[in-house]
Amino acid sequence: MVPISYYLILSAILFTVGVVGVLIRRNVLIIFMSVEMMLNAVNLTFAALALHFLSLNGQIFVLMAMVVAAAEVAVGLAIVMTVVRHKDTTNIEDVNLLKG
Amino acid sequence: MTFPTLNFPVIAPQIVLVAAALIILLADLMVANKRILGWISLIAVIGALAAVFVCRSDSAAFPLALGGPSGPGTMALADGLGLFASAAVLIAAGLAILLAIERVGDFSRFEKPGSEKKQARSGDHPIAEAPGPQVTDRAGAYYALLLLATAGMTAMATASDLMTIFIALEIFSLALYILVGFNRRDLRSGEAALKYFLLGAFASGFFLYGIALIYAATGTTSLEAILHNIQPMSISLPFRPLLPVGMGLLLVGFGFKLALVPFHMWTPDAYQGAPTPVTAFMSVATKAAAFAALIRVLAAVASYDRPWLLALAALAVLTMTLGNLAALRQTSLKRMLAYSSIAHAGYLLIGLAAGNQLGVEGALYYLLAYTFMNLGAFAVLLAVQRRDENDVTGDRILGLAGRQPLLAALMAVLMFSLAGIPPLAGFFGKLYVFSGAVEAGLAWLAIVGVLNSALGAYYYLRVTILMFMAEPAESDQEISSGKVETLQPGWAVMTTVVLAVLGTIVLGLWQWPWTQTIAQAVSTLALR
Repeated sequence: MVPISYYLILSAILFTVGVVGVLIRRNVLIIFMSVEMMLNAVNLTFAALALHFLSLNGQIFVLMAMVVAAAEVAVGLAIVMTVVRHKDTTNIEDVNLLKG
Repeated sequence: MTFPTLNFPVIAPQIVLVAAALIILLADLMVANKRILGWISLIAVIGALAAVFVCRSDSAAFPLALGGPSGPGTMALADGLGLFASAAVLIAAGLAILLAIERVGDFSRFEKPGSEKKQARSGDHPIAEAPGPQVTDRAGAYYALLLLATAGMTAMATASDLMTIFIALEIFSLALYILVGFNRRDLRSGEAALKYFLLGAFASGFFLYGIALIYAATGTTSLEAILHNIQPMSISLPFRPLLPVGMGLLLVGFGFKLALVPFHMWTPDAYQGAPTPVTAFMSVATKAAAFAALIRVLAAVASYDRPWLLALAALAVLTMTLGNLAALRQTSLKRMLAYSSIAHAGYLLIGLAAGNQLGVEGALYYLLAYTFMNLGAFAVLLAVQRRDENDVTGDRILGLAGRQPLLAALMAVLMFSLAGIPPLAGFFGKLYVFSGAVEAGLAWLAIVGVLNSALGAYYYLRVTILMFMAEPAESDQEISSGKVETLQPGWAVMTTVVLAVLGTIVLGLWQWPWTQTIAQAVSTLALR
């Protein structure tokens, strides 16, 4: 059996990749995908811990997090669409009316 | 298997709010006069507030919502802290609805996409007579989203499980993302929503990972069970070292939601771009809900340990100082108030960093005071902004006292309260949190706070001076002489401002009922 720590380390790596993706990429959709990657890394942690603690709670949390992520996609893509309609760009640097 | 028991009184406010939101969405399809929807939502908020008070009187009998008897499995807790923060959120929601009732059309009406295109094309095809642009009014969606956000915030304030906190956080965040970008004609609104959404979702990732690591460390997400499990010698926890990491990540998530420096980048943009009633609402209600949750989480996970309090103190210093310094150099009043609300989050954090009874009581009192004064200040901005704009620059209020003496006087009271001038509520809030810090042996933190208040007083008083001692700007002289459309703030906006000012004054002059309620709310918490 694969030890639990392997899962935790893998999800930590995935989470970090997501964070780095958010910080260095400039395309709104890629940033968005990186955020989803962070959430799914957390899901992996929860699923592994559910096995470790032999409790259902961890698995329920995975389902909740997935619902939240789905709702976030719905809202997020709608917001991206409103901006794209005005500006025809998905580069975050071009969306810069507000500053100071 | 036992079926989970539901304790309805505890979640009654949320039931009322969500039911009202659904009714409004339905009624939106049938009612032509959208103002009725506003009144329905106002009634719903008042009903939820009544439900909070009913729960309060029964809170001994019904301490739990979901999941059997006291202990692990409890998802929400109608204790004094939760009810107090819920009440603050509901007051903010009620005032925000009243504020929007006349002006919601400014940002909720838009021409149907497609109708413009038809018009443009009509030149090429003269046979196809283009209909005029069809105007859609989404005021119903505005009220429904505001109620859903309020439901999420009250749920967060009463949550007693990390997972409930997360779900509630997402419920209100998602509603707020949409509300910030509600004005589809204004690109700045969309931009604000995009920035708020991306950073908010990023923060949610940290928040959830923090919860996951705390779950790994303690084997549970119930705050009560965490407090029990981390006692030495309770049970063996192989991943115990992950606990501080999890708490740190959770703190980052809270930092984003509370707009603490260095996690505040989204705040000025989101507050400036959002329609003004939304800004007024989110700047106060989010803080009330998130601070209540943070107070609980700190008690359970960090047990108000010294290193965590010092971390909070450092965050407070950064937040106050950077917020105030940035507010000093703003020309847009909306952006200035956005930075000032960052600074106020810093003052609130001082109370938590003190970690003692007095400090947390002070933070809660400050929260209520801040609800009234900040919401009132944004309401005044809405009163002076024109229908087609979403921002107020400094020269718009030049000589306001000559044109609208009442509005100017009310704004002056709010500014004095924000600056912390006695005997208004803002002064006592600062007094309580600073004395809490001194009592906890953090005198330096109190001194930094006082210095920052002086810094803040500069730009608040500048607003007052602009209103009372300056001549109206060129562009506005035409308005005062009646040549251009006058800027009469409607009665609903004025009522909101008056209520906010009354709240600020009453809270300052007549303290014992509030301080007593707060003392009861805090007494059940495990503080230092």
